[in-house]
Amino acid sequence: MRWFSINYTGIYAIYRKEMARMARTMWQSVATPVITTVLYFVVFGRAIGSQIQHVDGVGYGAFIVPGLIMLTLLTQSVSNASIGIYFPKFTKTIYEVLSAPLSYTEAVFAYVAAAATKAILLALIILATATLFVPLNIHHPVWMVAFLVLTALAFSLFGFIIGIWADNFEQLAIVPALVMTPLTFLGGAFYSIGMLPQPWRAINMLNPVVYLVSGFRWSFYGSTDVGIGASLAFTGLFMVICLLVLWWIFCTGYRLKT
Amino acid sequence: MAHVKLKYRKYQKDCLMQQVLVHNVNKIYRNGCIALHAVDLAIEQGEIFALLGPNGAGKTTLISIICGLVTKSSGQVLVAGHDIQRDYRAARMRIGMVPQEIALDIFETVWNTVLFSRGLFGKRRDTAYLEQLLRDLSLWNKRDARVIELSGGMKRRVMIAKALSHEPDILFLDEPTAGVDVTLRRDMWALVRRLREKGVTIILTTHYIEEAEEMADRVGVIDKGRLLLVERTVSLMRKMGKRRLTIVLQHPLADVPLELAGWQLELEENGHNLIYSFDANAENTGIPTLLRRIAELGIEFRDLDTARSSLEDIFVSLVERAA
Ligand SMILES: Nc1ncnc2c1ncn2[C@@H]1O[C@H](COP(=O)(O)OP(=O)(O)O)[C@@H](O)[C@H]1O
Ligand SMILES: [Mg+2]
Repeated sequence: MRWFSINYTGIYAIYRKEMARMARTMWQSVATPVITTVLYFVVFGRAIGSQIQHVDGVGYGAFIVPGLIMLTLLTQSVSNASIGIYFPKFTKTIYEVLSAPLSYTEAVFAYVAAAATKAILLALIILATATLFVPLNIHHPVWMVAFLVLTALAFSLFGFIIGIWADNFEQLAIVPALVMTPLTFLGGAFYSIGMLPQPWRAINMLNPVVYLVSGFRWSFYGSTDVGIGASLAFTGLFMVICLLVLWWIFCTGYRLKT
Repeated sequence: MAHVKLKYRKYQKDCLMQQVLVHNVNKIYRNGCIALHAVDLAIEQGEIFALLGPNGAGKTTLISIICGLVTKSSGQVLVAGHDIQRDYRAARMRIGMVPQEIALDIFETVWNTVLFSRGLFGKRRDTAYLEQLLRDLSLWNKRDARVIELSGGMKRRVMIAKALSHEPDILFLDEPTAGVDVTLRRDMWALVRRLREKGVTIILTTHYIEEAEEMADRVGVIDKGRLLLVERTVSLMRKMGKRRLTIVLQHPLADVPLELAGWQLELEENGHNLIYSFDANAENTGIPTLLRRIAELGIEFRDLDTARSSLEDIFVSLVERAA
């Protein structure tokens, strides 16, 4: 068989199965982020926002929209992808994927694409919800979509790695809770990095989420904390690191094969 | 002439017949456990091959390596001539595998489960084939049931349906009848035979000797990671098999009479049974002479029974010899 042949049917089978799995729990997975977002709008947008007025020339309610979408996108990407691969590992059904004529790249692509698809769908639902609260006009829609897709893919890869690494449900939950949530909150979802006092501002520049939120916000309002180039570079870098880790995982068979 | 014939046979065997070729495969697990030691094995097209060995012998390890679930430490494996690492797609396309333990996505329906398996192996959707498959396995009326609603036996059949969903040439069954009731075991055996009739090569592992004896064309005996022997089941029986003649006496004997010393008899059941063990293939068993001698000595007997030794006896003697 030619080395460049691709098992499209196999990729599609995994993608479809993953999407079906998510569809089974659709109401839960849609309701939670939507309700949370509405709460954020009420608390931050209305209650606190009424005191703040404008940030970087944008109304506070509108200012937090990109951050909220990013918050959902990141948590959803990580949790979808990590559960997507952890579940078959846990139920031992992974044997079938490992014994199929499917390369690692193909399998990862299928799982990651499914996780990213769902995360993006949810992000769009949040966006639609947001328009009920604040008037939005998006300056760079193409870039907005590009950021959505890139971020969803990068963090789905990250989630995939966590799912492979995790040995139990605690470990599966700990990274989103202990790493993702603080990073996103500190990453400027609800404020401009410029508002932070100094040592924190410098430290926060190591936080990848700062670049994501900032770049994403730029695609909405054209204003940014850090340069758009830096945002793209950081997202790309993060993705490359995840790919390298995955490559190492597959070379060594870590936690997948003995 | 005989030489040429033999050579041709070997050629034919090497080229056409070998579905799976395992060459000098070793496996050392990360914890240092040596699970396989220099295993060589050739599985022929269309045969039922039983890998027989006690728990922990390395059966699962061996088939997991062939199916791509475990990476070997060294050696080579070819499936239908394709290297399982270099040419893994071509190799795996031909293989269906049913692992030892049931592992299913319990929230999925039976139909979606087999549909997924077929797609995963790169085959186009073939509703007619899958319908026939589910019918053959008595799962058709359960096609829309979720796996969680099925009985244990049905789940096992779903596992088989998944393994067969992409029409493999070679089917691996890891302990297909372990912990399975008698009816299901019969069904399983019947299914295996039907598959073989269709030309599917079947490799099963078992620690039930009767299963290997009943099912297999050939048997490989494995213990502590070493393949001790591979032999046709029939010739194994013939070669290794002993037969026992049990003479049930009217009156018990305290000792074997000196006059019968030449037969190396034993007494069992408190001297009620006189046992004569002999080579199953010997042309001259010596039985008529023995019986005549017994009659001449005035020893009365009321029954005779001969039994063939089972694979179990063979296995025990093999393992003892290897130890
Ligand atoms: N993942 C593993 N890690 C370490 N040792 C293992 C692993 N799997 C099996 N073994 C060891 O390898 C040997 C062979 O096991 P296995 O192939 O499962 O035997 P069988 O299927 O014949 O019962 C056993 O001693 C077992 O303890
Ligand atoms: Mg086993």
